Amino acid sequence: MKVIVSIKQVPDTSGKVAVNPDGTLNRASMQTITNPDDMNALEAALKVKDATGCKVIVVTMGPAPAAGMLREALAMGADEAVLVSAREFGGSDTYATSQILAAAINKIGVEKDDIVMCGRQAIDGDTAQVRPQIAEKLGLPQVTYAADIKKDGDTVTVQRMLEDGYMTIKVQTPCLLTCIKELNNPRYMSIGGILGAYEKPLDTFDYEALKDDPLIDASTIGLKGSPTNIFKSFTPPQKGVGVMLEGSGKETCEELANILVSKHII
Amino acid sequence: MDFNLSREHQLIRKMMADFTENEVKPIAAETDKETKYPRENIEKLFDLGVMGLCVPKEYGGAGADPLASAICIEELSKQCASTGDIVATHNGLCCDPILTHGTEEQKKKYLPMLTTGHKVGAFCLTEPNAGSDASKGQTEAKLEGDHYVMNGSKIFITNGYVADVFVVFAMTDKSKGTKGISAFIVESSFPGFSVGKHEEKMGLHGSPTAEIVFTDCIVPKENLLGREGKGFSIAMQTLDGGRIGIAAQALGIAEGALAEAKEYTKGRVQFGKPISKFQNTQFTFADMELGCEAGRLLTYQAAVMKGQGVRYTKEAAMAKLFCSEHAMKTTTKALQMFGGYGYTKDYPMERMMRDAKITEIYEGTSEVQRIVISANMGL
Repeated sequence: MKVIVSIKQVPDTSGKVAVNPDGTLNRASMQTITNPDDMNALEAALKVKDATGCKVIVVTMGPAPAAGMLREALAMGADEAVLVSAREFGGSDTYATSQILAAAINKIGVEKDDIVMCGRQAIDGDTAQVRPQIAEKLGLPQVTYAADIKKDGDTVTVQRMLEDGYMTIKVQTPCLLTCIKELNNPRYMSIGGILGAYEKPLDTFDYEALKDDPLIDASTIGLKGSPTNIFKSFTPPQKGVGVMLEGSGKETCEELANILVSKHII
Repeated sequence: MDFNLSREHQLIRKMMADFTENEVKPIAAETDKETKYPRENIEKLFDLGVMGLCVPKEYGGAGADPLASAICIEELSKQCASTGDIVATHNGLCCDPILTHGTEEQKKKYLPMLTTGHKVGAFCLTEPNAGSDASKGQTEAKLEGDHYVMNGSKIFITNGYVADVFVVFAMTDKSKGTKGISAFIVESSFPGFSVGKHEEKMGLHGSPTAEIVFTDCIVPKENLLGREGKGFSIAMQTLDGGRIGIAAQALGIAEGALAEAKEYTKGRVQFGKPISKFQNTQFTFADMELGCEAGRLLTYQAAVMKGQGVRYTKEAAMAKLFCSEHAMKTTTKALQMFGGYGYTKDYPMERMMRDAKITEIYEGTSEVQRIVISANMGL
């Protein structure tokens, strides 16, 4: 049994967001972090490992520096890492990315007992599309928004956190789960984990490694294989400073009503 | 010569910086105000392998090098010098002498306790009348059959009332002076061991300091650390390593104060502009930054030399002396930048300044460091 965790390196949006003149993100000038929801997925996988001793493999698609993020995942306790990286994969949208990642996960191999875990969505694009698309392309049942995961034999019971409540679903392995921050608190790297991280296997899957998978085709990967076209991206203008009304009494309510009246809202 | 940290050391710094930001910073003020030992964080540091990180894997540690230990203490001390102190004492003054001088049996028994066993360590050298002149200790240990009987008391013992394992120095032959001092591993559960007065200190309130009293304390013969009469040499050698820890702690305090002052002065507007834009502030910052960089190079140099197994007595003393004096200067100047706010407990500056002072005193005062440095200059 193993858990494959798909993670993504994203710009650290707690710092300054830099945009190129053409409107795309200037990733090179920004600090990067592991996508927060993906950290929850990794922690969930490591908890399964703690309980069962299973293997945890992390996989990401990105440029060569993304290997640094994979080493951090290995320092947290993952066993193996795969970097999917090739010029041909550049410019992929969610459709093309999911083609490539699904092919990579196919190459790693999904067996009967296995689980694929991912974060719900990445903080850069916020689409939440890639991981469900991977599940579709791998033909795996998927459960999204996992806030609690219990594995029992070849079934997994997942509590989904929805806007208006929880939904509990029992799913057969192999399956794909997308995780949310309410699921757990990701652990820190440990000193021992860090010292062993560079001894662990980190494979790179390039175009050659994946090209024989039926999902990989010039028309389905990279910029050319991406049906999404971005016309423009921009930083929205900042809203003006709001007015804070203090107090909870009738006077404050009247003050609020007067403001709304003066703006012709009521 | 490569001044870049290795990939592993960079990750250790990143991990410790995250831990310090998320776990240490939020409770640092409360730890100080309530004189509260940060037990939960120390437990987490055991889990992460920071406590006893230089202990080899076969004894339960992570097998890290002294530079990794220095980086951890530095990062923790940026926000809480007490936490840095607890780790520095445990690693440098308890794990290290047992690892360096212990028998295989002692290492197999005590090092796993001090790592995976989550038992805290301490070091007992100072006595009321034997501070810088450690050779004047009065604590005695007499061999009686299969055990020593220890009598005396030690003061200012870091981790004193939370530790389980103590490296203790006592006279086994008073007639021989320093050559009559021996080192022992003493457990807090040994009969005749007790904790005396808890010290109320100016700073480092989260670091538990106490008197340790031995009243006919029974110490098994096999707990002699090194040979009889070698205690003074073990103490001095241990303090060489310990000084790297204090240098790292002082460096962390200075860096923490500098970072706080930078943030504050950028936002504090007086006479129409942020006070960070005044040349006086900028020149002060330049001196602070310069000292931190120099202190970092001295500290890392001493740590790397320790890891290489070469003599580093002078380098450790220089690092400790420079960083502790720089921490005092930097916290004083940083507090000044905060003006009246810096003097209040609403900001961390007064705590950092109080915490910095001890680094000029313990594990050898600044005066003692100058003795050590000059004694190693061929004068």
